[in-house]
Amino acid sequence: MLARQQWRSLAVLVQFASGHDPTSIFAPAGTPAHSIFGLSMLVLGITGAIFLVVEGLLLYVLLRYRYRETGSEPAQEPAQIYGSNQIELSWTVIPVLIVVILFLATARVIFSTELARKPAAALDVTVIGHQFWWEYRYPKLGIVTANELHIPVSDPSHPTPAYLTVSSADTDHSFWVPRLAGKTDLIPNKVNTMWIDPETAGLYLGQCAQYCGAQHAKMLIRVYADSPQQFAAWVAQQQKPAAEDPSAAEGEAVFQHNACISCHAVAGTVATGKFGPDLTHVASRDTIGSGSVPNTASNMRAWVDNPAHFKPGALMPEMHLNDHDLDAVTSYLMTLK
Amino acid sequence: MATQTSTTALPDTTAGPEFGRRWLEVVHEWVTTVDHKKIGIMYICYALIFLLVAGFEALLMRIQLAIPNNTFVSPQVFNRLFTMHGTTMVFFVGMPILFGFGNYLIPLMIGARDMAFPRLNAFGFWISAFGGLLLYFSYLGGDGLYGAGTAPDVGWFAYAPLTSPAFSVGHSTDYWTLALLLSGVGSVATALNMVATTICMRCPGMKLNRMPLLVWLYLVTSLMVFIAIGPLTAAQIMLMLDRFAGAHFFDTQAGGSAVLWMHFFWIFGHPEVYILVLPAFAFANEIIPVFSRKAIFGYPAMVAATIGIGFISLSVWAHHMFTVGMGAWANTFFTLATMVIAVPTGIKIFNWLATLWGGKIHFTVPMMFAVAFLFQFLIAGLTGIMLSVAPLDWQLGNSYFVVAHFHYVLVGAILMMIFAAFYCWSPKMTGRVLSEKLGKWHFWLFVIGFHLTFDFMHVPGLLGMPRRIYTYEADRGWMIWNLIVSSGAIFQAIGALVFVYNLVWSYFKGQLAGADPWDAWTLEWSTTSPPPAYNFAAIPSVGSRRPLWDLKHPEDPDSNYEM
Amino acid sequence: MGGTAVLFHNPREDWKLPSRGIVGMVCLIIAEAAIFIIFVVAYVFYLGKSLTGPTPRDVLELPIFTTICLLSSSFTVMGAVSALHRNKRNMCSLWLALTVLLGAIFIGGTAHEWYNLIYRDGLTIKTNLFGTTFYSLVGLHATHVVFGLCMLSLALLFSLRGQMTSKHTERLEVLSLYWHFVDGVWVVVFLVVYLFGR
Repeated sequence: MLARQQWRSLAVLVQFASGHDPTSIFAPAGTPAHSIFGLSMLVLGITGAIFLVVEGLLLYVLLRYRYRETGSEPAQEPAQIYGSNQIELSWTVIPVLIVVILFLATARVIFSTELARKPAAALDVTVIGHQFWWEYRYPKLGIVTANELHIPVSDPSHPTPAYLTVSSADTDHSFWVPRLAGKTDLIPNKVNTMWIDPETAGLYLGQCAQYCGAQHAKMLIRVYADSPQQFAAWVAQQQKPAAEDPSAAEGEAVFQHNACISCHAVAGTVATGKFGPDLTHVASRDTIGSGSVPNTASNMRAWVDNPAHFKPGALMPEMHLNDHDLDAVTSYLMTLK
Repeated sequence: MATQTSTTALPDTTAGPEFGRRWLEVVHEWVTTVDHKKIGIMYICYALIFLLVAGFEALLMRIQLAIPNNTFVSPQVFNRLFTMHGTTMVFFVGMPILFGFGNYLIPLMIGARDMAFPRLNAFGFWISAFGGLLLYFSYLGGDGLYGAGTAPDVGWFAYAPLTSPAFSVGHSTDYWTLALLLSGVGSVATALNMVATTICMRCPGMKLNRMPLLVWLYLVTSLMVFIAIGPLTAAQIMLMLDRFAGAHFFDTQAGGSAVLWMHFFWIFGHPEVYILVLPAFAFANEIIPVFSRKAIFGYPAMVAATIGIGFISLSVWAHHMFTVGMGAWANTFFTLATMVIAVPTGIKIFNWLATLWGGKIHFTVPMMFAVAFLFQFLIAGLTGIMLSVAPLDWQLGNSYFVVAHFHYVLVGAILMMIFAAFYCWSPKMTGRVLSEKLGKWHFWLFVIGFHLTFDFMHVPGLLGMPRRIYTYEADRGWMIWNLIVSSGAIFQAIGALVFVYNLVWSYFKGQLAGADPWDAWTLEWSTTSPPPAYNFAAIPSVGSRRPLWDLKHPEDPDSNYEM
Repeated sequence: MGGTAVLFHNPREDWKLPSRGIVGMVCLIIAEAAIFIIFVVAYVFYLGKSLTGPTPRDVLELPIFTTICLLSSSFTVMGAVSALHRNKRNMCSLWLALTVLLGAIFIGGTAHEWYNLIYRDGLTIKTNLFGTTFYSLVGLHATHVVFGLCMLSLALLFSLRGQMTSKHTERLEVLSLYWHFVDGVWVVVFLVVYLFGR
């Protein structure tokens, strides 16, 4: 009875942890995060032990050797001890040994993560950081999207990790989804690689972890680990050209005759801008503004009207559209599933 | 000799035209002084003012971060606040206050009348002071292009290419660069003075292995300044050439490297934090023995450990770059180097513990702060070891865990020892002891606030909160921790104000200190409080590391035992 | 001196410490060396990385003559110090004048080289990474040479006016240390830029 209660509390705790702490490094859900977690337990153990021993000694010394008034005679100075070669040697050797152990354990994880062999079934994704959004390209699938990364769940017996090749189009950024892996920086004129392999389906959150300017705080990351069927369906949807909904023709005209096309791309139309996120399937995303705003028609309208309303400092300017055009272009964008 | 003519006191508050003229004389005396004691005091006061300003900047940030999606300050203002807070604290609080104490104490401790180059000393102070004013002028400098000409907002380490003209329009970044270039010149000048003084002006009998440990630590610190400030100066010259002359040092569009800036900056930046911490160790080396009534345990090991730390600290810089993609071998090397530096640092902690062991510990306010330092510095070192493990840094780097770690060092260790140094040596500087009662209030308010803020600050880092963000999402689970962290800031602010009040009140009403209020053992306690302009009536000569101990215990002098 | 603590100065004490000026100049040299090393590192790092020409091989010629002049000036300044030490003030002035002349030739040669690079070869600090790192490194060095020449000219002036005597030897030695440093940096720059890097 007691045992079951304890298990239930533990399960609740874990769920609480991953539900309420969606970006905790202590809730690993992929191999790199797991190996870091394991190493962190060793490190915490060693540093915790050092903490208890040394602070314990400190407290003992402070209590035992505090000065106590002994009466009227002048206090005598305690015995002056200038050093001891044996003692000093021992507390040099012991830390060196600790360093050796810690170092070897660390080196193993560094090499196993960075030089992991890439399975043939790995998914290639190119990630390009922008001020203040994420560009995702799937070169072998012909997909270009933004801000919401879909990858398949990886079965340990048949791994299908996502290998991310990362760089930046402007300043430094950093891709950090704590439950999946450590962070890797996105640096202009440099190409880095990292890999993630979520073991359960779900949404994994993260955000940019290298200060990149005014809206660094809202350059959020959403990684959707899809089941194989979900992923296949998503790929098929993304590979289609932009939806052509006749009821949104007016909005499409507004879009194509304003400055929108100089920054944004919609596959199969004249819009081929590369400065801003690809909008071909923007309506299929849960959020806009790089994860910071739920994707609803009213939010979309407010965003197009003035992005600074949500993200002051975002590089998309106010579009200065009148209400009619704003409504039209919003309904157009919402058809781009 | 308990009473003396004071050369540093303010004039009597008599009314009339004499008053105005006397004030002018005093100001003139201070502005033109080359006396190391006055220059030291000016450095310290200047740093204290900036401590309050930068502390206020931190308070504003903590109010903004107390709840998610707060709108207390705009993103642009927040980004300027964290940049100015960091830059000010490192360059215009940390460096000047530590140089100030060094300037004041080193000649006194080695039995000299002044520093080796008194005019260079004054030059170093004034150019650093000008740098600080230049940095803060940026708030008033008005809007440049696109309204971006105000205070810098690129972070205290100003990564390229965020600082390039393309991404950093206007002159805000230029204020950062120029202010630091100037203060760097001042730092090198002061360090040069300290080395020349220490090597060339020790009193007879004071061989290098008889110098107070404070002097040793400042010697190593100064040598590190020479090696560390150069890379920063070079990188900043390169940045200015990029921004003004069309150069391409960090211009990634022309094939330049953003990582190169990082290497250059951190080759400066890592030794810089040791430059900041070694003087804190220096104070501990003087304060802990005196208030436990025992000689420091293992003087030669302390010297060797310091030199070791100095050398190794030059080789660990890229532990700030574990996530940059340097490759497994580089990451492994820098992990090892960073772990290795823990060994001499640990030795120091153990030696301090051994000094306390068997002593008679007097819990005066300086000692209370020193104890807090010991307790907190160990924790700071342990979180540093965690971060040295590269894979763990891949998770925790650039997160609030790192912010908690370095504030644990800067506030929990360094600032605590600076407070201890104030309580220990301001009696010497002003002739009056600081109030113990106010000091204890200061201590408890500040320590409670410190732990509320910086203990709990580790948690958001572990929960995935990156640094330098003006706000955060409500669904991350970070709010409660940020609220606690922010609440601690208030206690620290009040504690700091109590401290300032103590300084001012005690200056006028504190108990007279006399030459040697703590029954200590180094030469500065053999002069009056405050010392006369010439420091010593006759240059002393010494026969051991604790000349006043020998005087007070002629039957059992140190020279019989020193290793 | 066991057992005795704080005494008044004993005049028979033989307590000799190094000279402040020399120690101070050595410190300055270490700090300046750190700056130069970073510029050299940047130069070496960017070798071969320029996206456009010209390359070092295209435009750089070995500055043999000016190098010989600059390196010889280290010997002439040593001559000046030695002459002053022996209170041979006219010789000192002569050696100093030679030093300034050789240094000025070096600067003139650098100016000539830069004129050609800019107007004939079209290489400026903006052109490419090579231009950026070349002009900054060589320019930083040239700035230090100019500063040194100013100080040496001042010394020459004092010497010509008869104000420098053998008791100023150490000060001149401190200045000469700086000059040796500047020459040493040129050796490194020459090797890295004109030999290794081409």
